[in-house]
Amino acid sequence: MIKNISNLGDAAVYCDFGSEVNEIVNSNVINYFNHLTDFAKKGKIKGINNLTPSYNKLIVSFDLSITNFLKLKEIILNLNIDKNIKKENKKIKIPVCCDDEYGLDFDRLNHKLNLSKEEILKLYFNKEYFCYMTGFIAGMPFLGDVNEKIRSDRLETPRVKVPEGSVGIVEQFANIYTFESPGGWNIIGNTPRKIFKKSNLQDPALIKPGDKVTFFQISKHDYFKFNE
Amino acid sequence: MSKTYFEILRPGINTTIQDSGRNHLYHIGITISGAMDQRNYKFANSVVNNKLNEAAIEFAYQGPLLKLRNGTINFAITGDIFFNIIRNNSQTEEGKCYQNYNLHDGEQIDIISTKNSVYGYLSVSGGFELNETWKSYSINTKAQIGPNNGKKYSINEKIFIKESNIKNIKNNQINYKNLFNNIVRVVKGTNFDYFSNEAKNIFFKEKYTVSRLVDRMGMRLDGPNLENIINTNIKSEGLVRGVIQVPADGKPIILLSDHGTIGGYPKIAIVISADLDKLGQLIPDTDINFKEVSLEEAENIFKAYNEETNKYINESN
Repeated sequence: MIKNISNLGDAAVYCDFGSEVNEIVNSNVINYFNHLTDFAKKGKIKGINNLTPSYNKLIVSFDLSITNFLKLKEIILNLNIDKNIKKENKKIKIPVCCDDEYGLDFDRLNHKLNLSKEEILKLYFNKEYFCYMTGFIAGMPFLGDVNEKIRSDRLETPRVKVPEGSVGIVEQFANIYTFESPGGWNIIGNTPRKIFKKSNLQDPALIKPGDKVTFFQISKHDYFKFNE
Repeated sequence: MSKTYFEILRPGINTTIQDSGRNHLYHIGITISGAMDQRNYKFANSVVNNKLNEAAIEFAYQGPLLKLRNGTINFAITGDIFFNIIRNNSQTEEGKCYQNYNLHDGEQIDIISTKNSVYGYLSVSGGFELNETWKSYSINTKAQIGPNNGKKYSINEKIFIKESNIKNIKNNQINYKNLFNNIVRVVKGTNFDYFSNEAKNIFFKEKYTVSRLVDRMGMRLDGPNLENIINTNIKSEGLVRGVIQVPADGKPIILLSDHGTIGGYPKIAIVISADLDKLGQLIPDTDINFKEVSLEEAENIFKAYNEETNKYINESN
């Protein structure tokens, strides 16, 4: 449930679901997100511009010429959230090539974690991940939780350009760079699968909050042969 | 009959199409974009009798040189802009902002520069002929979304104009003056208490300077460092236009229209909605001071801003 509601500036509501980051808290966030999206679409709540779910927060930005913080706070607090109404969450499989030209940070990780590349990959692939949120750049999924033995902090100096398709880990999270972008994640491989397709207007983001994701390793040969 | 279009003889520094923005997609990482100065954008549409959210050309600093082909149009430019109209008889007419002009086949608009400001807007009566992406015409160059394949305009490209009857358009004018104020009003951020008492005082008392690192995504400021006493990172969470975040280096960054949708830096404050248009127009090396207002004050200031915008719009019609 929402622990605290405050204003983020004069045109957004900041819903705080508590300081912990786990699947239960995040499912709660996504539940509110789904309900509010539904209400906004049906015109039951007016003036909402955007809803941004994250690990443990939901930001509701609105048109200040239509509504205001106190009105929306009241509506959100009185929402009758039926926990049983859950969206169907997808299970998605992502191929990853971890050859040295794609796995850019194994030297760093070997050193930090005291594990070999094979050991890191075994722990990484042997896991189903939960999508907490998407964002920062279009369609980028924030997945968790990474095995405790392979958790590492960000690069001290972020890369100016991380190649599109790069698969990275930081702390308890894994992600995929949907576009070439600056970034500081430890890159362990690259996927040939398109995670964000702007040509798919109805559903451009392959992975959405609440979805389950597994990765599997492919050879360079399969990487180039990959066809969706 | 051939279609009417602008031929781009010089693209300018950052010429794009913008509108009121692209909403309902933050949750998949697509930011709002939209005109950086929403008031001047609306004024441009108002003067040529368009609906206020018709897509317009936004330019920054040096604007484009546009040659009209296959038709006659009615257009207006807003902002604080130095521009000429090059007529078919080779005469150059100095253009005035906030009023509409007819432009004939073969004539040119030369948008030379903005004056002590960053952005300006060009609207044509009836609007441009463009494809909509997710209910908006705004070009988002980072994610390459929107008209022109999501890219800023280059030389020799064409911008098509919808067919429109301009015979009945009267001369419109808005008597508006862009007044730039160095006071940027903010409400406290959700991480205000992450900062030391000294930092809080500095933030509201000392001046900050707009650095050269400013674009449609954000504005980095130079000035005294703000000491964080709790944590220089937070769990990544949603962002909105106007958020002032402070990374580990202690220098504030203000998020603007093309900002990333989530981020993990503490938020010291958020610029009030009514001050965002003017903020986006500040050029590098401008000194600013932050002033705190309450949420209620921010809402009242926005109401007044909205009423003032509408007053000018009614004046033009």
